[in-house]
Amino acid sequence: MRHSAEHREIQRNLRKQKIRFLKNNWDLYLFLIPGISYFILFHYIPMYGVQLAFRDFNPLQGITGSDWVGLDHFQRLVTSYQFWPILRNTFVLNIYGFLWTFPIPILLALMLNQMRQQRYKKFIQTIIYAPNFISVVVVVGMLRVFLSPRVGFLSHLFVALGAKERMFIAVPEFFRSLYIGSGIWQTAGFGSIIYLAALASVNPELHEAAIVDGAGKLGRIRHIDIPAITPTIIIMLLMALGSALAVGFEKVFLLQSPLNLPVSEVISTYTYQVGLVDGDFGFSTAVGLFNSLVCLVLLILFNKISAKVTEVSLW
Amino acid sequence: MVTTKSLKKKLISGDTLFDVVNFILLSCVLIAVLYPLYFVIIASFSDPDGIYQGKTYLLPYKPNITGYKIIFGYKDLWMGYANSLLYTTVGVLVNLVLTLTMAYPLSRKNLIGRGFFTFLMVFTMYFSGGLIPSYLLVRKLGMLNTIWALVIPTGISVFNVIIVRTFFQSSIPEELYESAAIDGCSNTRFFFQMLLPLSTAVVAVMVLFYGVGHWNTYFNALIYISDRSKYPLQLILREILVVSTEATRGMGEAMRREVAANGNLDKQRLAELIKFGIIIVSSLPVLILYPFLQKYFVKGVMIGSLKG
Repeated sequence: MRHSAEHREIQRNLRKQKIRFLKNNWDLYLFLIPGISYFILFHYIPMYGVQLAFRDFNPLQGITGSDWVGLDHFQRLVTSYQFWPILRNTFVLNIYGFLWTFPIPILLALMLNQMRQQRYKKFIQTIIYAPNFISVVVVVGMLRVFLSPRVGFLSHLFVALGAKERMFIAVPEFFRSLYIGSGIWQTAGFGSIIYLAALASVNPELHEAAIVDGAGKLGRIRHIDIPAITPTIIIMLLMALGSALAVGFEKVFLLQSPLNLPVSEVISTYTYQVGLVDGDFGFSTAVGLFNSLVCLVLLILFNKISAKVTEVSLW
Repeated sequence: MVTTKSLKKKLISGDTLFDVVNFILLSCVLIAVLYPLYFVIIASFSDPDGIYQGKTYLLPYKPNITGYKIIFGYKDLWMGYANSLLYTTVGVLVNLVLTLTMAYPLSRKNLIGRGFFTFLMVFTMYFSGGLIPSYLLVRKLGMLNTIWALVIPTGISVFNVIIVRTFFQSSIPEELYESAAIDGCSNTRFFFQMLLPLSTAVVAVMVLFYGVGHWNTYFNALIYISDRSKYPLQLILREILVVSTEATRGMGEAMRREVAANGNLDKQRLAELIKFGIIIVSSLPVLILYPFLQKYFVKGVMIGSLKG
């Protein structure tokens, strides 16, 4: 009995505290108004609009007034002859991309961290971060001029390496390599910063002790540096895996050509094509919703696994 | 004694080997990243025939500025430039207002409803309505073909709010709020007179992150802007660099003049040459600012990597 009285007392005090907080700090909530309105208007209202995926869109009746068609769009999607190739393209591009673009920044960070010539190291960093700030349009434009037959230096290089002279930019065999290769060129350097930050927080005494014990550089990388950045690696891994179906639109769209479409059509470009080009709003929304849901499920799944195995979790 | 000495020797030579290999590998990385950029620069100053015959590898071939002369006469490019400057400036202002005001209350640990508001925000990172519902919303709001379609729907990046919130939390001690409150300073006044002046570093990071984002993106303009006179630079670049062989359409006048003045110039080769110059001209604002601002970019990523 006493116990519950005490409990009530605590509860009352807590409520009093809360009321006092609100009284003294009501203006903090004014600060939230613009931001929260933004999220409601531009994120939650479109989420509500996702019901379009279950409706036959009619411009006169609007989103909520259009006829309900249930899972028709989804049925059409999974039975479409285009669906599986597109899903496959998206996955394959992502998995190949992941295999290449994920480890390289980690390697770069480990190597840069061991670099002794400080000024040269700074210079390398300045240069390799730079492409990250060039727009995708320019990067694809550069690829195009570098690869133009007979003129571009990359096309000279490929021919010297034994490839047959042709429009490298347009043929399907090269699409994935170009997409991933230019991605590495553009983002790997900048991607290493986050690991360098984690490496900078390693206690130098650990290294000193290891040197006294006779550990070489490779040994120290393996037993000190890599364990130090493992939590960061896992977080980055989770984010990468969670977006396994989210191939960005901008670069793929620029690299597409009628020739390479069989490997370069991915979900995001398909959504754009059927939605805004062909005007099939309901179907396009269904494709987008399918994509979002798969991403969400994958993310939750991987996060669960990670929380169990490594105790690192995104939330 | 002898064995420890030889062990040490072995160790040192192993480490030296490592350093040498490391040095060489990183130098290769440096060249691989730098050369394409360098090539664009020398090619933009070369004679078109030099590029065409593959004579431009290390130095420009017969250096000249023909390409740049044509580029400066290309009105659409400068129109896109002006539009992008406007969109970037207004966009960054909108971003700053929304991001800073959102991050401030969320950085206060005792804010009631903090968890709820954070969830409301973070959830949008993992799930969205997608392209068409967003498009229909923007259309309904009457924003199509206006600057607002480019600056308001992208008003906040959740990731950036988290960076700013983490910065506020880690650099402004809780006691400062308390003593300010005792002195009768309201939260609003605290924000403007204490917090913002103490946060110039993170504001700089935000200006850069958002600014580069606005300058470099084209997707929203592709779907929301159909009036060519309102195209941002990236859409004009897309026409020139990616889509068309008709890159010369708007440049016709300036190009004809150059060709007329110099009978040896081949129009198609000239069109290729111009692309290099355009890449330089369009990346110039970012590339000029970049060396000075690099430390802020790095700082931003570092703050973002703190789990708050």
